[in-house]
Amino acid sequence: MTLFILRRAIQSVFVLLAVSIVVFFAVYAIGDPVELLVSPDTSAAEREVMIRRLGLDLPIWRQYLVFLGNLAQGDLGTSFVHGVPAVELILQRLPATLELVVLSLVIAVSIGLPLGMIAGLAPETRTARTIMTGSIFGYSLPAFWQGMMLIFVFAVFLNWAPAAGRGDTVSLLGIEVSFLTADGWSHLILPAINLALPNLALVLRLAASGTAEARLQDYVKYARAKGVRRGRIVRRHILRNILVPVVTVIGVEFGSLIAYSTITETVFAWPGMGKLLIDSVYQLDRPVVVAYVMIATFIFVSVNLLVDLAYAVLDPRVELEKGAS
Amino acid sequence: MTPHMRRGRLLGALAFTLLAGTASAEDLTIALSSEPTAVDPHYHDLSSNNALTMHVFDALLTTDAQQKVQPNLATRWTNEGPTTWRFELRDDVVFSDGTPFTAEDVIFSYCRVLNNETAVSGSFDEAIKNMASIETPDDHTLVFETNEPDPLLPIRLAQIAIISDEIVEHGEISFDPESACGVTGAWPTVNDFNDGSVAVGTGPYAIESYVKGSGIDLVRNERYFGETPEWERVSFKPVPNAGPRLAGLLSGDYDVIENPAARDLSRIEGSDDYEYVITPSSRVIYLQLDMRDDSPFVDAPDGSNPFQDVRVRRAMSMAIDREAIVERIMDDAAAPANQFLPAGMFGTIADAPALEYDPERARELLAEAGYPDGFSVTFHATNDRYINDAQVAQAVAQFFTRIGIETELDAMTRSIFFSRRSGREFSLSMGGWGSDTGEASSFLRQWVPTTDDVAGLGGSNYGGWSDPEFDVVLREAIATMDDAEREALLQQAGARVLEQMPYIPLHYESTIWAFRSGLDYQGRADQYTLATAITSDE
Repeated sequence: MTLFILRRAIQSVFVLLAVSIVVFFAVYAIGDPVELLVSPDTSAAEREVMIRRLGLDLPIWRQYLVFLGNLAQGDLGTSFVHGVPAVELILQRLPATLELVVLSLVIAVSIGLPLGMIAGLAPETRTARTIMTGSIFGYSLPAFWQGMMLIFVFAVFLNWAPAAGRGDTVSLLGIEVSFLTADGWSHLILPAINLALPNLALVLRLAASGTAEARLQDYVKYARAKGVRRGRIVRRHILRNILVPVVTVIGVEFGSLIAYSTITETVFAWPGMGKLLIDSVYQLDRPVVVAYVMIATFIFVSVNLLVDLAYAVLDPRVELEKGAS
Repeated sequence: MTPHMRRGRLLGALAFTLLAGTASAEDLTIALSSEPTAVDPHYHDLSSNNALTMHVFDALLTTDAQQKVQPNLATRWTNEGPTTWRFELRDDVVFSDGTPFTAEDVIFSYCRVLNNETAVSGSFDEAIKNMASIETPDDHTLVFETNEPDPLLPIRLAQIAIISDEIVEHGEISFDPESACGVTGAWPTVNDFNDGSVAVGTGPYAIESYVKGSGIDLVRNERYFGETPEWERVSFKPVPNAGPRLAGLLSGDYDVIENPAARDLSRIEGSDDYEYVITPSSRVIYLQLDMRDDSPFVDAPDGSNPFQDVRVRRAMSMAIDREAIVERIMDDAAAPANQFLPAGMFGTIADAPALEYDPERARELLAEAGYPDGFSVTFHATNDRYINDAQVAQAVAQFFTRIGIETELDAMTRSIFFSRRSGREFSLSMGGWGSDTGEASSFLRQWVPTTDDVAGLGGSNYGGWSDPEFDVVLREAIATMDDAEREALLQQAGARVLEQMPYIPLHYESTIWAFRSGLDYQGRADQYTLATAITSDE
C-alpha cells in the first residue's frame, strides 16, 4: 500500500510537469497581457517598465524556467491583474467552491442512488419508467438555462431563496464558510441543486443499470433462495456491488466540479474558483491561469488516488500494488 | 416563566425585528458589472477601481456627473503662470481614523504614486511626473511648479486619491522623490490596502470588508466633512453576467444594478416596481482606417490603398446608417456620433451637423475616387468589449458591402484583438474610447496626431495617419492655458479630423442603471456607480 502510494506520487510529479508545460505555452500563445492591462495612452517607456516587471521581456523558455524555479520554492507567480500571489487568489475561493460541490454531490448521491435502485429492482413498473424518463431531463437540459429557470421560479416568482451570491460566512478554523449560517444555506441551495442535477441523473442511471444487472446474478438468487431478508439482499449484496462504478464517477466529478463548475458559478454569481478561471482567461492573467490548472490537476490526481484506495475497501478483489494510475 | 415575562421577550424580539427593519432601509446593495481589482486607489486606473476609490478617498478636486471639475479637499485653485498652480485646502478635514488632513498628506500621496511598486504602469503618475516642485507655504496651501505647462492639471489631480501619511514611518515629508520624500518605512503595497490595514481615506465611506469575487462592504464614515450620504451601509456585489444581475434585481437581492442588457429592459418597462435610467457616456465607438501604402487586408483592383483617398473615407461614413444602428442594435441605449466626444463636453463642436446617411452619394464618391467597382477589405472588431460590438460590426460590414466595398467581418475576443491592433495588423478596425479627462483633447491626442513618443502624442495612431495641419493646431491647443482659447483650438482640430475622416465616428455608448422604485440615480458620463448620488424618494 505504501509502495503503491509512493509510486503514484512520483507519477503525479511527472503529470504535473507535463501539464505545466502544456498550459504555460498555450497561455503564452493567446495574446499580449500588457495590451489589456496598460492603458493605450501609457508611454512606451512606462510600458517597457511594466513588461520587465512582469518578466515578459524574457524569451518564453526563460520565462518557463523562471516559473519552474519559483515553483520549486512554492511560488506560483503573482497575478497580473490583482497584483497578489495567484495561489492566494485561488485558495481564497476554494472554500466557496468546496462547500457548493460537496453539497451538490451529497444531493446527487442521496437522491440518485435510492431512486436508481428502486428503478433497477423493478424495471418494468410505472414508477421505474417515470424515474428513468425524468432522469433524462437531469442531464439533457443545459446547465445555464436550468440555472436561470431555478432563479426565475424560486428567487423571482416564489421569492424563497436569493437569486445570487454567497450568504453570510462564519470563520471555521480560519476558513470562511457559509454552511453554518441560515443565510448561507439559503444562498447555497439553488446553485447546489443546479450543480447536482446532471450528476444526480448520472448516479441514478448507473445505479439503475447496476441494480438491474446485479439483481439477476447467481449470488443474489442464492441469497434469496437461502431466505435472506430482502432488505439485507439489497444493502449487502446489491448495493455494495454497484458502488464501484458510482464511486469512480463521483470521484471524477468531484475533481471536475471543483475546477470547472464555471457555468453554475457564473449564473449564480458564486464567488468560487470556476468564475476566477474564466475571468483570468479573459484578462490574460497568465499566472492565475497556470496556477489554477496546476492546482486543478493536483486535485484530480489526489482524488484519483483516493478513488483507487476506495476500490480496495469496497471490493476485496482489487489489488493496489498492481494498479496503474 | 410567567406569561407576562414571555410577552416581554416576545415584544423584545418584535422590537428587534423592527429595528433590523429600519436598519436595512438604510442599506443599499449594488450589483456591479465589473469588480474593482483592488482597494488601493493608486493601483490601476480603471473605471471600476476609480468608482470604488471615490467612496473611500478624496482627491484635491473631484468631477461631477458631466466630468466637470469641482472643489473637494481643495476649495480654491488658481493658475499663477503657465507652470505655477496654487491650491488652498480645507482645514476641517480628518481621515476616517481621526487624524487631521494636511498638505503633507498630499505630498505623501503623490510620492507614493511614484513609489508604487505593485501598481500597473501608467496609472495616475502622468501629472506627478510633470511636477518640478511642490511647496507648502502653510499646512493648508500647496504650490505646484510643473516642468511643462499642463492645462489639464486640475482634472488630473481630481483623479489622484489622497491617503494618510500616518500609514508609514516617515520623517519630514517633502516632495523630493530622489530621497523617498522623507519616508523611512516600507511603502504600502496593494495588499496592505486590500486587507484594510491602511485603507484610510477622507471619503464618505470606509471599507468594512473586501472579499475578492464576493463583494465589498462599506460603512458610512461619520467623520466625513461633506454632506452625509443617505445610506449607512453599502454593499457592492460583482455579478459580471447581465442575466443574473437583472434576476437579482427582480428577486429583491439588489437595489441597484449596473448595465442591464438594453434588450431586457422591456422586462421592467411599465412595471411599478422598477425604474431605469439611460445616461450618455463619453465613450465613442469609431472606425480606424489604415493609411499605409501596403495595407494587409485591403484589396483594390489597382493594388492601391483606397483609404488614402479622402473621397473613399467620406463615402464610407455616408454608407453607414447610424440611426438604424442605434435604434435596432443598441435599442436606443446609444446616440449617433458626429464627432469624437458628445457635444457639450469641453472642446467639442457645439453645432456639428449629423453625419448623413446617403448610400447613393457614397457610390458616386467611390466612382469619383477611381473605384467604380469598389474594392474588398477585411474588417476587424471585438466581440466582447463594447456593447453589442459584434452586431454593430456586422451591420457596418453590410452597409459597406451595399455601396460596393466588399467587407468581410472578422470579430474576435478582446485579448487577441488589442494585441493584433497594436501590432498594426489591421486595415480597418472598430475601437472605442472614453475620455477620462472629459475633454476633446483625450481622443485627439491619442489617436490622430503623427506619432511622437517623446511628446506622448499619437500613441494609438496604428494606421499611420499624418496631417501636419492638424498636428500644428493640436500641439498648440494642449499647451494653451487659457480655457476659451484652448476650447477654440480643440474645436478647430476636431473639425479638421471630421473633414479628413481618418477615423469614422459611429455612436456614443450610453450607460444603463436599473433600480427598484423609490430610488433615484441620474447616472454619470464616466459610467461610475456612486452610492452617494443614489437617493431615495422620501
